[in-house]
Amino acid sequence: MTAPFLQVKDLQVSFPTDDGLVRSVNDVSFGVARGETLGIVGESGSGKSVTSLAIMGLLKGAKRSGEIWLDGISLLDASSEEVRKLRGRKMAMIFQDPLSAMHPFYSVGQQIIEAYRIHHRVTKAVARKHAIDMLNRVGIPRPDKRVDDYPHQFSGGMRQRAMIAMALSCDPELLIADEPTTALDVTVQAQILDLIRDLQRDFNTAVILITHDLGVVSELSDNILVMYAGRAAEYASAEDLFTAPEHPYTWGLLGSMPRLDAEPTDRLLQIKGTPPSMINVPAGCAFHPRCPYADLASRTLVPPLTEVAPGHRVACHIPVEERRRIWQHDIRPAVEGGR
Amino acid sequence: MNSFGEGSPGRGQAGRDLVARPMDVVPLEVPPEAPQGETLLEVEALTKHFPAHSGLFKPKQLVKAVDGVSFTVTAGETLGLVGESGCGKTTTGRLLVRLIEPTSGRIVFDGRDITHLRPGQMRPLRRDIQMIFQDPYSSLNPRHTVGAIVGAPFRIQKISTEGGVKKSVQELLELVGLSPEHYNRYPHEFSGGQRQRIGIARTLALKPKLIIADEPVSALDVSIQAQVINLLEDLQDTLGLTYLVIAHDLSVVRHISDRVAVMYLGKIAELGPRKSLYETPMHPYTVALMSAVPIPGPASTKRPKRIRLEGDVPSPLDPPPACPFHTRCWKAQDVCRQIEPPLRELRPGHRVACHFPENAPGDGAAVAGTG
Ligand SMILES: Nc1ncnc2c1ncn2[C@@H]1O[C@H](COP(=O)(O)OP(=O)(O)OP(=O)(O)O)[C@@H](O)[C@H]1O
Ligand SMILES: Nc1ncnc2c1ncn2[C@@H]1O[C@H](COP(=O)(O)OP(=O)(O)OP(=O)(O)O)[C@@H](O)[C@H]1O
Ligand code: SF4
Ligand code: SF4
Ligand SMILES: [Mg+2]
Ligand SMILES: [Mg+2]
Repeated sequence: MTAPFLQVKDLQVSFPTDDGLVRSVNDVSFGVARGETLGIVGESGSGKSVTSLAIMGLLKGAKRSGEIWLDGISLLDASSEEVRKLRGRKMAMIFQDPLSAMHPFYSVGQQIIEAYRIHHRVTKAVARKHAIDMLNRVGIPRPDKRVDDYPHQFSGGMRQRAMIAMALSCDPELLIADEPTTALDVTVQAQILDLIRDLQRDFNTAVILITHDLGVVSELSDNILVMYAGRAAEYASAEDLFTAPEHPYTWGLLGSMPRLDAEPTDRLLQIKGTPPSMINVPAGCAFHPRCPYADLASRTLVPPLTEVAPGHRVACHIPVEERRRIWQHDIRPAVEGGR
Repeated sequence: MNSFGEGSPGRGQAGRDLVARPMDVVPLEVPPEAPQGETLLEVEALTKHFPAHSGLFKPKQLVKAVDGVSFTVTAGETLGLVGESGCGKTTTGRLLVRLIEPTSGRIVFDGRDITHLRPGQMRPLRRDIQMIFQDPYSSLNPRHTVGAIVGAPFRIQKISTEGGVKKSVQELLELVGLSPEHYNRYPHEFSGGQRQRIGIARTLALKPKLIIADEPVSALDVSIQAQVINLLEDLQDTLGLTYLVIAHDLSVVRHISDRVAVMYLGKIAELGPRKSLYETPMHPYTVALMSAVPIPGPASTKRPKRIRLEGDVPSPLDPPPACPFHTRCWKAQDVCRQIEPPLRELRPGHRVACHFPENAPGDGAAVAGTG
C-alpha cells in the first residue's frame, strides 16, 4: 500500500501558556488520498483548527511533534520558507472567518492576483483575467465588475465565495476548509458545499472539511474523524460512522441533534456536563466525566485507538461486542427515533 | 427513552444515574397552569422601518426590517420563528418586548393593547414578557455575581419574596440545573451552556407568562444545545410557559415548536402547525430552505432533492416589489412581480403568501398544483 497524499502520524501540538501547557492535539493520525474528503468533527476546543494550522505551518509559539507527510515531503522537517512555498499551490486553506483572512484595504481582485502571481510568472493582466475567471467559477455575479470591490462591499456569502476563489486560485492539491459555512445561511451553505464538491471532482483535490455539524460532514466526507479533547475518539468511513458508531461520544453527538428527517422525539439525548479544559484534561479517557459508561479503567487509562473493523478505529475501553450491543439496543432506537 | 445510555444493564446502570434529566428538583411555587387555547399574544400588521444612513445627496432610505407581520400566540404553546439572516426575526422580538417603538401595527398582550404604553405603564408588563438573548457571553454583566444577575429582576421590580431574594435565586439556579453554590461566582467562570442557563434563570425570576427566546442555542456546541433545548421544554411542562422561539436552524425549530412561522425580508411567507408545515410546506421559499438543510447520515440516507436558490437575500433597503421572493423563485410569473400575494389559509391553520403554492390541497385557479 502506498502512503496517501497527506499522512499525519502521532501529531502532538501544545502551547506553553502562563496557566500551564495547553495540550491541544495528542497523538492524532490520519491519511487523506487525492480526490478524497476527510471530515473532522468535534466540540469547540477539541483541536480541529490547531490540527489544520499545524499542517499548513501556520502555528505560532507551538510545540509540535510527530510526522506530517504531504506528497512525500516531511512538513515538520521542512524550513518555514519551504513550507511557505507549498502554500497556495500544494495546499490551501479556507478559514472560518473570511474577513480575518482577507485584507480590508485591497480589493478582492488584487488579493487573488497577488496569491496567483506568487506561483505563476504572468503579467498583471493575465492574473486579473484569472481572478475574474475564479470569481465566476465560485458564482459571483458580474465578476468583471465585482473584481474591483473591497471585501466589505460583499455580503457574507459572497465573501466566503471570494475567499474560496482565493484559496483555489492556484488549484491546490490539498484543500483544508475550516468551518467554511458556519456563519452562513443554509441556502448559501448549500451553494458553497456544492462548489467544493464540484471543484474536488474537477481537480481530484484532497479535502479536509472541519465542522461541528454532522449534517455538513455527511454531505461531503468519505471518512470522518471524531475528535474529543485533542484526541481521536473514533475514525470511520462515513457509512460506518452513521450506521455503526462505537464511541459513546459519537453516540451523544448523534443523539444531541434534532433532525429534519425523523419524527421529533420528546427529548433529545444529551451529553451531560461541558467540554474539559485543555489545561487540566481529565485523566484516563478525557470523556469519562461526561460518559454514562465510564468505569475504573476509563478514569485511569487512556484508551488506545484500536481497529474494530477495516478502516474503523475506536478509543474506548468497553469491549467491542458490548459496545455494539449498547448501540443496537439502547442508542440506535433513540437516535433514529421515528425514522 | 430519553436519556443517553439509559436502560442498559451493567454499565448502563451507571448511565441512568449519570445522565438523568437535567433537573430533578422541586420547582419553585408553580403558577396556575395557563389556560390552554386562549390567545396570549396577538400581533397585527406590525411594522418597523429603520432610517438608513444614506449619502449626502441620496434620498432618505428606509430599512424595512419588519413589514406588516401578523400572528397570534396561544397560551402554553411554542411558536417558532425561522428565516435567514436579516429577515427581521430579532427586530420582531424587540418590538414585542417594547425595546423599540413600532412604526405601525398593533400588539395585544393578554387582552390589552400594549402598542403604545409609556415606559411607566410598561413596568408590570416587563414581568410578564421576558426575552432570552442569543449571546450568552455578552448578555451577562461580567462584574456582577450570578446571585446579583439572577436577583436583579426582584430588586428592579421591588419585589420581596418569601425567605428573601437569595433563597429565591438559589431555587431558580437549581431549577435550571445549576448549583446553589454558584450564587457568588462570576459569569466568566462558566461555560457557554451554563451562562445560557443563568440567563434563563434570570428570565424566570418574575414568573413571566411569555418568553421570547432569540437564538437561545445557536452560540452553543451541539451537545450543549441539546441540554438547553431539553431544559426549555422541561420548564414549559412544569411552569406552563408560553414561548416564542426565534432561530435560523430549521431542525431546532421543528423540535421545539407547536407552530412555525417562516419569515422572508420582513414578511411572513408561511405559518402553520409544525407537522403540516414540515410535511407539506407550501411556500417555495420554505421548500427550498428545507431542501438545503444537510441531513446527517450515510450516503444511502433519503434526502429531499435540493433546490438550488440563486444569489443572496436581497437588501431590506430595497426589497423586491409585490412578492419579495420573486427574484429567487423558480416559479415566479408576471403576477408575482405585480401583486403581493396575501397570506391565505389553504390547510387548517396553515397559511401561505404565494400565488402558486407547492403542495396545495385541492384545486383553485391560482393554485398551480404540486410541481
Ligand atoms: N495560540 C494558542 N495558544 C494557546 N492555546 C491555544 C492556541 N490556539 C489554540 N489553543 C487551544 O487549543 C485548543 C484547541 O483549539 P482549536 O482552535 O483547535 O479548537 P477547535 O476544535 O478548532 O474549536 P472550534 O470549534 O471552537 O473552532 C483550545 O483549547 C484552544 O484554547
Ligand atoms: N437599529 C437598526 N437600525 C437600522 N437597521 C437595523 C437596525 N436593527 C436591525 N436593522 C436591520 O433590519 C434588518 C432585520 O434585522 P434583524 O436583526 O431583525 O434580523 P434577524 O432576522 O434577527 O437576523 P439574524 O438571523 O442575522 O439575527 C436587517 O437588515 C438589519 O440590518
Ligand atoms: S473509555 Fe470509558 S469513559 Fe471513555 S468513552 Fe469509553 S466507556 Fe466512556
Ligand atoms: S408568489 Fe410567485 S414569486 Fe412569490 S413565492 Fe409564490 S410563486 Fe414564487
Ligand atoms: Mg476551530
Ligand atoms: Mg437576529
